[in-house]
Amino acid sequence: MLKQTPLNAAHRDMGAKMVDFGGWDMPVNYGSQIEEHHQVRNDVGMFDVCHMLVVDVKGGDVRGFLRGLVANNVDKLTVSGKALYSCMLNPEGGVIDDLIIYFMTEDWFRIVVNAGTADKDVAWMLKQAEGRALTVTPRRDLAMIAVQGPNARAKVWEAIPGAQAVSEAMKPFNAVEFQQYFIARTGYTGEDGFEIMLPVAEAEAMWHRLASLGVKPIGLGARDTLRLEAGMNLYGQDMDEATNPLECGLAWTIDLKSERDFIGKAALLSRDINLQLVGLVLLDKGVLRAHQVVQTKHGAGEITSGTFSPTLQQSIALARIPLGIAPGAEVEVAVRDKQLRAKVVSYPFARTGHSLIS
Amino acid sequence: MSIPADLKYTASHEWVKTNADGTVTVGITAHAQDLLGDMVFVENPAVGRTLAAGEECAVVESVKAASDVYAPIAGEVVAANADIEAAPEAINQDAYAAWMFKLKPANSADVNSLMDAAAYQALVESEAH
Repeated sequence: MLKQTPLNAAHRDMGAKMVDFGGWDMPVNYGSQIEEHHQVRNDVGMFDVCHMLVVDVKGGDVRGFLRGLVANNVDKLTVSGKALYSCMLNPEGGVIDDLIIYFMTEDWFRIVVNAGTADKDVAWMLKQAEGRALTVTPRRDLAMIAVQGPNARAKVWEAIPGAQAVSEAMKPFNAVEFQQYFIARTGYTGEDGFEIMLPVAEAEAMWHRLASLGVKPIGLGARDTLRLEAGMNLYGQDMDEATNPLECGLAWTIDLKSERDFIGKAALLSRDINLQLVGLVLLDKGVLRAHQVVQTKHGAGEITSGTFSPTLQQSIALARIPLGIAPGAEVEVAVRDKQLRAKVVSYPFARTGHSLIS
Repeated sequence: MSIPADLKYTASHEWVKTNADGTVTVGITAHAQDLLGDMVFVENPAVGRTLAAGEECAVVESVKAASDVYAPIAGEVVAANADIEAAPEAINQDAYAAWMFKLKPANSADVNSLMDAAAYQALVESEAH
């Protein structure tokens, strides 16, 4: 039996094509994935992200707990509402999940984890929390809707009276609690926008209110092309428990400089780094896909995520390849029975409707 | 989903039209394009290539996934539609107008072994359950 979000009926009413997404019955598109992609880059769209899980960690020692639990340094979080992207590692240095941590007060941090890893994450957090004066609470009573695109904030302000006053001056990667809403200026598309957490009972009404204001529903298909153009990693594809985060383009989130010890740190320090995550743009015709083999002059690598980019109108990919291959280099990718030419580039590939690739 | 009565069909979702000159025209069905979503890449077989029935001979790729296209019957490729290679989205717009390639059948009677519209309709409905 597939799990359903509180918006399941709304998706069907809006003509969504539903798919099994990691055990959840989710909309892949509402007609055209490409149109939905452009809708978000050029205007505004909304995503049902209720399958992701909000976890509240509360108690006197939350900061100390998180210092050990995650690889990024929560001591960067000093202002209420500030968010931090981080990996949660296992003792071997593999990635249990990537997540966002919102600092609200010294005894309340809010964490948002991926859908597919949610149960595993909570079990791990509870295990690490044993004997500590804190609570780890999964919040399935909260729904989450992401509104993304250049007009996203304005639409949310129309939908939630009073929200503009509390969130207009708020910088990206910050959140504010307002009435029954938790409004975060975060997202997964490379566009401006909000992720709104709200009581499950209000989710459907909010979805329809946003729709009535012209916010189009966007499926998981476009969510993937948008995030890949924005150069954002996807758990389970670009990294997982078997990969070294320092070889996945996540070094910027791993705090190895401070004295702070965290789970997985010793393992990371003992590992060699041989690979890097780069962007690829396909020069020949075709479509790059995950797991295709990349040949470079320093040896072979692998595509971790690949797709057709609606903004660039050509195929793009993230690939894990040997060190020493710099942007501008040409590589070959095995696509079915052919070797196709691709160029190594820095990512992100696109933002705000425009290519970032020269 | 439209399933024209004057065409023949395969279990792998190709449609086949018999032409007056004895050749057959091949494309993918409206049902197939609906499953795949927005088309972004088409690779047709080379003209002159001889195909066995059921042989992988072309590729259609949507944003979501790549899918092989199979020769519905044995024959020689006598034409490939360059227009849909340039504009793969034509398959989404009208799958039965956006033909992919034409075959000169090795045996013209082979077309009769393919599914008719009613049989294909039954197949599509059974796959939906």
